[in-house]
Amino acid sequence: MSFYNIYHKYKNCSFEELPNQELTKLLSLEAEKSLEAMAQKAKTLTLQNFGKTISLYTPLYLSNYCENECLYCGFNANNKIPRRKLKIDELKKEAKFIAKTGLQHILILTGESKKLSPLSYIKESVKILNKLFSSISIEIYPLSQTEYKELIAAGVDGLTIYQEVYSQSEYKKLHPAGPKQDYQFRLDAPERAARAGIRTINIGSLLGLAPWRKEAFFMLKHAEYLQNKYPEIEMSISLPRLRPQFNNFQTPYEVSDKNIVQIITAARIFMPRLGITLSTRENSQLRNNLIKLGITKMSAGSTTAVGGHTLEKTYIKNSLQFEISDKRDVSQIKIMLLKEGYQPVLKDWVGALQNE
Amino acid sequence: MSDSLIIAGQEIKNRLFVGTGKFPNKPIIKEVLEQAKTEVATVALRRIDLESKEDNILDYIPTNCTVMTNTSGARNAQEAIRIARLSKAAGCGNWIKLEVIADNKHLLPDNLETLKATEVLAKEGFIVLPYMSPDLSVAKKLIEVGAAAVMPLGSPIGSKRGVKTAELVKILIKEIAEPIIVDAGIGYPSEAAYCMELGCAAVLVNTAIATAKDPVKMAESFNLAVRAGRLSYLNATKSSGQASASSPLTGFLQTSE
Repeated sequence: MSFYNIYHKYKNCSFEELPNQELTKLLSLEAEKSLEAMAQKAKTLTLQNFGKTISLYTPLYLSNYCENECLYCGFNANNKIPRRKLKIDELKKEAKFIAKTGLQHILILTGESKKLSPLSYIKESVKILNKLFSSISIEIYPLSQTEYKELIAAGVDGLTIYQEVYSQSEYKKLHPAGPKQDYQFRLDAPERAARAGIRTINIGSLLGLAPWRKEAFFMLKHAEYLQNKYPEIEMSISLPRLRPQFNNFQTPYEVSDKNIVQIITAARIFMPRLGITLSTRENSQLRNNLIKLGITKMSAGSTTAVGGHTLEKTYIKNSLQFEISDKRDVSQIKIMLLKEGYQPVLKDWVGALQNE
Repeated sequence: MSDSLIIAGQEIKNRLFVGTGKFPNKPIIKEVLEQAKTEVATVALRRIDLESKEDNILDYIPTNCTVMTNTSGARNAQEAIRIARLSKAAGCGNWIKLEVIADNKHLLPDNLETLKATEVLAKEGFIVLPYMSPDLSVAKKLIEVGAAAVMPLGSPIGSKRGVKTAELVKILIKEIAEPIIVDAGIGYPSEAAYCMELGCAAVLVNTAIATAKDPVKMAESFNLAVRAGRLSYLNATKSSGQASASSPLTGFLQTSE
């Protein structure tokens, strides 16, 4: 059994024909009329389950070598951008820069190139980062169960992997070349990581690539499937919305702020204990407003370039995966959260190897 | 006559224990603990950043408070034991609120793993207060292997649904000599008072205080409720719980005498 069986059963249904009335009702056009009531309920549930706290993290890009040709991504193999992989001394410098901000949770990212940024390189990087951070998550190419086990043993405790788009037909069009063409291998990655013993899993749909109501439905069903099957996992979702990137890819399906609010509130009501992550893809004003509706984790002080904090500026400018919108640094985000009545949580795990 | 609670030889006058998660900022934790006059506060090790000079949660725990480190995040005995040992090594003392949860959906404890971890940690000299689903056999075994108290849940963590397990908690109070402390689910001071009236040794409250409009005032309210409940427990005339019948079944004995 894989989530693919569930997806396959309903993939050709219209939104109205999908099962699970509770969830489809929350995501329906009709529910837009009840958005305020949904927001009130979501706020209460979030307070009850997570309190007045928001966890903070930041991405660290290790490498932008990539064999995929995802039409919407700045790291598309056809894009003529400067490519590099952080050397160990560069990684140490970048990590120290981030650690100085007080952040303890880090998300490491690579493009998909097993040849140029192999598992051994990622493991070596994790071992260095263990000394500075209490939680290390990965957002890299999908791995086998054994490979996830190896990374967990090295000190990784969280996995972020977006299916990008649940619609298999859109997926095929948007991923014309590269190993990422294998839809099901990617879809099953969180389950392989769960079996390998990962502690947290964060999944997502890149909003704007397909009609959002059905995308949100499958993302939340996927989260529910994983949580039910692996109850020990701390499960969360992300709501990445397409941002401008190098190749000026045009968003095929607009997703409005109102739609984002509906997804967040529906997700919270559907799964009260689900973590909800919001990245710096969204602007500062929207992020400030979304905190009260169900967000539990935010990125801060982000860059989407390899070595984006410490390498030379001309290189960074030309090698972004996408443009971020909320450019506030960690201290500014902390001040904003406290002003809004929320405690910024910089450390929320004990580290795999720290102090041992 | 003193009505102090004694745990592992330590005298505790205030029977309201407070958890420190979910608060809107760290300085308010200090105000809350002071206002509640709490002597035992739980802090999750996962939230303690000893490296941080400006942001260490332990700096906000009043000096008269015993820190009881919470093993929050542990999914099995092995992880809980590791967290407890890290806590001790980090200088957080040896009081452990043992929490082993392999169910992130409902946050219900794993009693079997909790029992395994209690045995190991108690042998290592930790003062272990395990959070558990109220099961008499497990509670007895926890005490046998060295738990200093037993902390049954009232209802799931953060749910504020009150003491749904009251009947089971009553059995634990009746059958176990060591302190029974209701942990989790208490949403209102009246429910804390009710636990104390049942004969609980103490209650542990977090969400209801941390997410209140004014956590400091709510802490005061809980403190009063816990004291009221305890006074009531000590002084109320115990009811048999049965009404007296208007036609007693043994009345004939008097007439025949």
